[in-house]
Amino acid sequence: MTSPTRVVTLRIDDREVSAREDETILQVARDNEIFIPTLCCLEGLSTWGACRLCLVEVSGSNKLLAACATRVAQDLEVKTNTPRILAYRRTILELLFSERNHVCSVCVANGECELQNLAQRCGVDHIRVSYRYPELSLDLSNDLFRLDPNRCILCTRCVRVCDEIEGAHTWDVMGRGIDCQVITDLKAPWGESKSCTSCGKCVHVCPTGALSQRGTAIAEVHHHRDFLPYLTQMRGERD
Amino acid sequence: MTSATTAGLTQRPRLATVWLDGCSGCHMSLLDLDARLFELVSLCDVVYGPLVDTKRVPEEIDLTLVEGAVSSDHDWHLVIELRARSKLLVAFGDCAVTGNVPSMRNVVPLSAIYQRVFPAAAAIGGDCPTVGVPRLLDRVLPVHQVVSVDLFLPGCPPAAEAIYQVLLDVLAQRAPEPLKLTRFGA
Repeated sequence: MTSPTRVVTLRIDDREVSAREDETILQVARDNEIFIPTLCCLEGLSTWGACRLCLVEVSGSNKLLAACATRVAQDLEVKTNTPRILAYRRTILELLFSERNHVCSVCVANGECELQNLAQRCGVDHIRVSYRYPELSLDLSNDLFRLDPNRCILCTRCVRVCDEIEGAHTWDVMGRGIDCQVITDLKAPWGESKSCTSCGKCVHVCPTGALSQRGTAIAEVHHHRDFLPYLTQMRGERD
Repeated sequence: MTSATTAGLTQRPRLATVWLDGCSGCHMSLLDLDARLFELVSLCDVVYGPLVDTKRVPEEIDLTLVEGAVSSDHDWHLVIELRARSKLLVAFGDCAVTGNVPSMRNVVPLSAIYQRVFPAAAAIGGDCPTVGVPRLLDRVLPVHQVVSVDLFLPGCPPAAEAIYQVLLDVLAQRAPEPLKLTRFGA
């Protein structure tokens, strides 16, 4: 017989909050309407912890910890908005903008982009580092969807939703460091992929304009991410 | 918000605007202030830019709005001159702030662009034209990579309301908060 889940109390930004011991700092912060930015995290998908935007200061650790991947504990002291954290957030966002060619004004996701929204919310009014301007070509081989790697931030939501929810594992990641990119099958053109079921889940979870429906123009992409928690919940009940 | 944006302006502030590599949409948005333009010119003098006749950059400017990215040697020299003569310099709109659409040429070498745009000249081994037209820089740059910028006003273009609020704040020597009013791509 498993022991019942305990409830713990902790402090986030000097606010006393209670949580189940199996929850993450991010979940508890969101339940209490404490803002922590995220990009790779998406409810309904496994934890990845790669974007580092949710870094928080935690008592007893001199390292910053990813709130999405750190469990709460009794008497934990968490800080989400110290000058150090705010500076790191801003720098991370600026590096994301500098790494690829994010031109918001002519992006299909303009107005519905999580990177663009977080830039505004986290005080990114310009990019202090030099832009890299990589030459990246679009994959327009699929009849329904397109991949624009210029807008990709490598959050791997598409990889995870394809593997964990659709069960197709069409998407994966290749290359290391600055050469890293998301690919379909073994870097076959998307339209020639044998494994893709054309379900479109990857397009809906994409935080930016990297994945979009064919035929959409500037600011015409609309993501429907609400399907994901619903789907996982319904499947859980069925099991 | 830098302390520079609240630096002392003269009694009757002198406003300059300039149109570098951009579509003039930010200036159009400025004109969209409509009746509020009267209020603006009651608070400052417009001394240089596409909206006035003056061809020479005045010696003393309080506030310069720079629309557009720095794409040519002409842009480069002009923005340096404006910076030297301005108390405050604002990167006005996404092209000035990020490089935006003009910077999309940065992913390909300039030589490839010349060959595409001037194929006839390229076919006979001719160089790109430089007489009477400015020489393009190898890379389009956001303004802050050329001169120091006191305030960033993103948007493509920034809405008239955002321009109005920010100008009122700057002219009243209050700290403006542009990101409460606009964002990249707005």
